Amino acid sequence: MEALKISGLKKTYKTGTQALKGINLTLEAGSITALLGANGAGKTTLIAILTGLVNKSDGSVCVFEHDIDSDPQAVRSMIGVVPQEFNFNIFEKVEDIVVNQAGYYGVPRDRAKVRTEFLLRELGLWDKRKSVGRTLSGGMKRRLMIARALVHEPRLLLLDEPSAGVDVELRHGMWEFIRKMHAAGTTVIMTTHYLEEAENLCENVVIMKKGEIIKSGAVKVLLRDAKEQSFVVTVVRPTGTEEIIGVSLVDGQSVTDYVQKLAAEGTFVRDIRPKANRLEELFLEVNS
Amino acid sequence: MQFQTSWIAFLTIARKEVGRIFRIWTQTLLPPIITQSLYFVIFGAFLGQRIGQVGGTTYAAFLVPGLVLMSVVTNAFTNVASSLFSTKFMRNIDEMLVAPVSPGVLLAGFCSGGIVRSILVGIIVFCVSTFFVPSTFAHPWAIIVFGLLTAFVFSLFGFLNGLFARKFDDVSIIPTFVLTPLTYLGGVFYDVSSLPPFWQHVARLNPLVYAVDGFRYGFSGIASTPVAESAIVLTVLTIVMAAGLLVCVRRGIGLRD
Repeated sequence: MEALKISGLKKTYKTGTQALKGINLTLEAGSITALLGANGAGKTTLIAILTGLVNKSDGSVCVFEHDIDSDPQAVRSMIGVVPQEFNFNIFEKVEDIVVNQAGYYGVPRDRAKVRTEFLLRELGLWDKRKSVGRTLSGGMKRRLMIARALVHEPRLLLLDEPSAGVDVELRHGMWEFIRKMHAAGTTVIMTTHYLEEAENLCENVVIMKKGEIIKSGAVKVLLRDAKEQSFVVTVVRPTGTEEIIGVSLVDGQSVTDYVQKLAAEGTFVRDIRPKANRLEELFLEVNS
Repeated sequence: MQFQTSWIAFLTIARKEVGRIFRIWTQTLLPPIITQSLYFVIFGAFLGQRIGQVGGTTYAAFLVPGLVLMSVVTNAFTNVASSLFSTKFMRNIDEMLVAPVSPGVLLAGFCSGGIVRSILVGIIVFCVSTFFVPSTFAHPWAIIVFGLLTAFVFSLFGFLNGLFARKFDDVSIIPTFVLTPLTYLGGVFYDVSSLPPFWQHVARLNPLVYAVDGFRYGFSGIASTPVAESAIVLTVLTIVMAAGLLVCVRRGIGLRD
């Protein structure tokens, strides 16, 4: 089943900026996809259209076979969104923010409270439930927005830069939580600037540039097809001096061939590691 | 199912809006008591004794319905306008826009806060008035009908203001330059039928004239405009405003890009 089907989606803002130039995208239910792209690529606009915060200029969008124009209420009830910027009422208590969000989706209050307790405990916010939003740290605010997005048990979770400004430990905790949601059957679409995050977490990537999709597909396939890969190699020369060199292997060249070539010259390879994350290289390659 | 979902969403917004009134009660409930008490002391007690009878009653008794309704109007308007604008400003309106909250539920939810606050303030101001002048209830139904209709219609005006406001100044400009003149020229402090014929016709373009007249009829039993006419004017205005706002919310005007 298709979780998302986008055809010819366009968005032109009143200022004349063409944020989306007719994109097409289909994502299967239960998948986890990273939307990549430089700032201004159109990722946030795409998410805003899916959630109904921005009106599209043209094209069609279907979420689990419900059209966003003819059946907006059904589409919204299936989506949970974690926006890029904090947008909860900072004067409200953590618990109220989540319970109220459930109410907007028509979840009865008693059920909403049970679900809220579960999510706040899962995300390590239960002790802060009586605190008002403004007193939370950045990481806590981010987790609060995740709890809020999941309170109505959405089938499609949209995360717009979920780990922006979050420390490494928290980021890994967040990844675990997202994996858990995904394992439970939730379809996940996330935008991120951390390509390591996309490679670790996502099955598919969609790379956008200036309102267009320039590359999309399964992470494994895209990485296999990547034309160039860079390494940092520590070598010991025949003279005994140690040297660190950067090496780029293009399509058809293997690491083994390269090491053997150095050995033939009498150079010993002490250490070899990727210069950058492989997805990062692919991203830079298609964006260049 | 759809009704239940909408009903729960409405209750959630209404609970939040009413909760806000009590959370910031020093800004919402306290100021009207002070300002209206001053009106009663200055216009009712001091100046009123010199004015004598107006519309068949003492000036102080004549003032009571007008001042109560003035509080209803300003509180209904400002509550909805400021709440909607601050929700837009902090972007937490998105919480409702991403959810399956229909335009009608959104409108009704915000207006419920305006209606509750204005009716509460109206009751408080009326209670304050009893310290200065004894009141009569000629037609209690008219007090309820015109009180609620006025609260609703000015909550809708507040929503309109909040919807189109882009900065905090926009929320204070309309009450200062539109609402206050309409209130002061709407028969709160004088009987509109005492105006020259031309100005009576001009005054009838002001919806507050009908609201004040119908509300005062509930207290004194005297009206300068037929009560049915006043009720129809306010009802039609309510329907037109609500329909217009529903179209705006559905199109996302002032809410979505």
